[in-house]
Amino acid sequence: MGEAIVVTSGKGGVGKTTTTANLGTALALMGKKVCMVDTDIGLRNLDVVMGLENRIIYDLIDVAEGRCRVNQALVKDKRFDELYMLPAAQTKDKNDISPEQVRQIIESLKPDFDYVIIDCPAGIEQGFRNAVAGADQAIIVTTPENAAVRDADRVIGLLEKSKMAAPKLVINRIRPNLLKSGDMLEIDDICQVLAIDLIGIVPDDELVIKAANQGEPTVMNLDSRAAIAYRNIARRILGETVPLMQLDEKTGMFRRVKKFLGMG
Amino acid sequence: MAGKSPIIIKGVKEGLIFLLDDQCDFVTLLDDLNAKLDKHEQQFTGPIVHVFLKLGSRQLEDEDKERLRAVIKRQGNLLVQSIESDPLPPDADAKPALYTMTGIVRSGQTVEYTGNLVLLGDVNPGGTLRCTGDIYVLGAMRGMAHAGSAGDDHAIIAASLMTPTQLRIADVISRPPDEWASGDPWMEYAFLRDGTMAIDKMASLGRHRKEVMQFKGV
Repeated sequence: MGEAIVVTSGKGGVGKTTTTANLGTALALMGKKVCMVDTDIGLRNLDVVMGLENRIIYDLIDVAEGRCRVNQALVKDKRFDELYMLPAAQTKDKNDISPEQVRQIIESLKPDFDYVIIDCPAGIEQGFRNAVAGADQAIIVTTPENAAVRDADRVIGLLEKSKMAAPKLVINRIRPNLLKSGDMLEIDDICQVLAIDLIGIVPDDELVIKAANQGEPTVMNLDSRAAIAYRNIARRILGETVPLMQLDEKTGMFRRVKKFLGMG
Repeated sequence: MAGKSPIIIKGVKEGLIFLLDDQCDFVTLLDDLNAKLDKHEQQFTGPIVHVFLKLGSRQLEDEDKERLRAVIKRQGNLLVQSIESDPLPPDADAKPALYTMTGIVRSGQTVEYTGNLVLLGDVNPGGTLRCTGDIYVLGAMRGMAHAGSAGDDHAIIAASLMTPTQLRIADVISRPPDEWASGDPWMEYAFLRDGTMAIDKMASLGRHRKEVMQFKGV
């Protein structure tokens, strides 16, 4: 029996879909059988980020309304045999499916997969309730901005009511130089306010945008620091103890020479 | 109350018992009483009759009781002996004077309480604490707190870490850090000094809370 993890944030644009895609891929990379479920009905993105848009035949709504079986709607990833995606519908909206229907679909997926990762839409309305309904665990994504932290706090409050296990926190898009100059919220401060376990920090990386546009999850590209961060998070999900990433990596001449010589 | 009169008059050995309905509006009750007495005016002449008023669960102020008496007094021979209400049921949700709760009040959440509240935990930005009495936060106060929400301007708000988005006491609203700033590493409390919000360290509380027993050494 697999575990269903919802990736949510409250605020939009903090990187829920990117996190879902990368964690899903990273877990598949580590040999797990993973299914990613996009619940952002009407605004589906996960398929684009994964580069699987042209393979979609059926979607979540089709499954809910009985036009196909779950297995028919699953899109197999082009890179991994054990990675699947259940796309959202693009033509309907969030009210066309109920939390109970989503819960049943997630329940039917759990026996076949090690992890079911649910990509939640922004907001705290019907779409959020749908996404959360079937989840056993939650990962809250936030960025080091006050607005994102407020929304994350709101969502944590809502999840506490739903009797789910305590959510885990991912702080995304950290800019080490802003952090150093004190112009960005400190990681410690965010953790103190939200008071939940930190499961990973992800530095801001232009390669993430590039990769998303190419339909390749960043996690495949080992030059990207974000890729390492996502792999670390996946390892922590699997129960490993991995120290937090050092953000202030020096990229001076000396370091580059050392790296070139294979010593860094 | 269609068809049914809110007033029932019963004759007993001692006199008359007026059973007044306790659900209807008080003004309706008075009107009906007036009407009833007018209708039976001739019956109320003769020797003095003692009247016992039973209000059911209705609780009346002295002023309203006086109005009832005045209506009945119009009939010369009626003498009000007593006005009685059922005893108040024991207050089921009677709460202790100082209520303690734990947890984090997160964004969008509101805790309301009638009385004094101790929170062992934080109030995050966007979270609200509202109390008719004092508020004590053993943790960080980062959200909004409203003490003395029913108008008690002696209420205080105390917090281990006082960095609120807004504080209110009675109807005074204050916005730190525009009006005052605190970042002191000791526990502080906010109170009203001549109608404006002031903040002081916890040890000074004794100065304006005289009724609290003070420790004066052994």
